[in-house]
Amino acid sequence: MAEVEVRNLSKSFGDSVVLDNISLKINEGENVVVFGRSGTGKSVLIKCIVKLLEPDSGEVFIEGENILLLSENKLNEVRKQIGFLFQGSALYDSMSVRENLAFPLIRNFNFTTKEVEAKVKSSLEKVSLEDSIDKMPAELSGGMKKRIGLARTIITEPKLILYDEPTTGLDPITTKEISQLIVELQKDLKTTSIVVTHDLICAKIIASHAVVLKDGKIKYEGNLENLVSTSDPFLRDFFTSDILEVKNGSTK
Amino acid sequence: MNSAKTNSGTTQNLSVSGKRLTEFFQTVSGLFLFTIEFFKKVFIPPYEFAEIKKHMDELGVKTLPIVSVTGFIIGLVLAMQSQPVMIRFGAGSFLPGMVALSVVRELGPVITALIFAGRVSSGIGAELGSMRVTEQIDAMEVSAINPFRFLVVTRVVACTFILPMLTIYVIFIALFGSFLAIFLSQGISFQLYLNAIVHSVEFSDIIPGIAKTFFFGFIVGIVGAYKGYNTENGTEGVGKASTSSVVISSLLILLVDMVLVKVTLMIWSN
Repeated sequence: MAEVEVRNLSKSFGDSVVLDNISLKINEGENVVVFGRSGTGKSVLIKCIVKLLEPDSGEVFIEGENILLLSENKLNEVRKQIGFLFQGSALYDSMSVRENLAFPLIRNFNFTTKEVEAKVKSSLEKVSLEDSIDKMPAELSGGMKKRIGLARTIITEPKLILYDEPTTGLDPITTKEISQLIVELQKDLKTTSIVVTHDLICAKIIASHAVVLKDGKIKYEGNLENLVSTSDPFLRDFFTSDILEVKNGSTK
Repeated sequence: MNSAKTNSGTTQNLSVSGKRLTEFFQTVSGLFLFTIEFFKKVFIPPYEFAEIKKHMDELGVKTLPIVSVTGFIIGLVLAMQSQPVMIRFGAGSFLPGMVALSVVRELGPVITALIFAGRVSSGIGAELGSMRVTEQIDAMEVSAINPFRFLVVTRVVACTFILPMLTIYVIFIALFGSFLAIFLSQGISFQLYLNAIVHSVEFSDIIPGIAKTFFFGFIVGIVGAYKGYNTENGTEGVGKASTSSVVISSLLILLVDMVLVKVTLMIWSN
């Protein structure tokens, strides 16, 4: 498991300040959900955490190491312990499902061909898509792509997983399935997770801790239940009728 | 009022020109830094031989039909066009040598490179651009795999080495085309045609012609990869990357050719 700490992180694009002096600590084994309106910097935050984007200022510590100061080789060693599920799944178009899953294993670890094959099959079993092993990404539906993306994310058994909108564009049933899968995987692999979403069904299932971003700053941080029952006008507007459905147990 | 309109139009034109000039210098400096990054990465292991071979196979197969047709037509047309003029000046017997020299020294390498640029540079630009906008490059990076080494270096190396091979092939095809044209009009034997070429073309004609295609191949690869790797603005950006890859690489091929011809002449004239 991994502990993540973000200190005074700021990031701008031109004149637009996306993250403004953000500090956040995520304990080992925690499932943190990051909420916020579109364009509030949720994805930018998690991309800065893995240094896919270079912040303008601030520090990011993963297991006590400031990853912004690491050399390329050392950064890659840290990244081997991190999984990242992209919003659009980001499956490699030119590779089959098998090759997509095997790719990080072959490149970064010294597994034998048999071990790689076993791990690929085991990961696909976890997402219930064993039959898709020889399919190309273009042959998969949106939900299947998310699952395969998830299988590729967990195949290296990372200590920290970052999810960028894991359920966006999916129907409520698939959303629920993917969310439950994330929770099961978290329990199974004992990972720390950061989930960026504005999907309340997903958040209700996953979150042990919630953070809300507004105007580049953390507007709220704490328990999801408290967040939902807040009297703050912005948060009340943000969590609309979906909350009622979730509270009434429609996601269970 | 008219004067105000004219002033506004002039300001707008200047603003557009300024923006284009800025973009031009950004591209030049970006391409320069990208090339430096390539040379930093290309000699350091691990070497991606399997990936390079895969790209060479793909690029060769993809380009072979179009360069075959083009090479054949160039040889054929060049012989047909030159024949009346050469005969008029009583130099009909020099026709095979003249065609061979043109094809080996200039037409073969440049035409092949331009076709290669149109087919491959745009393809690399579109492929990497699409990978960029769908976050596949980010996915590779976050998986601790260096995307520059895996995607860019392999493609550029493949282009650099496959273009000379394609050029040699095109030269042979073009010579066959020209033989066919001369055979049909003059009934020349293949043996005589071959002898005429062997006596006309020297080592100093072949080496510079082929050597410059390494530069052309590199240009095609690096420009396509640069435009694709740095694609922005979604699918619209992918289209732009693809188009500008062809334009820039074609232009650079012609510019570098001009320089290399001058250099070659300086070296071989001594």
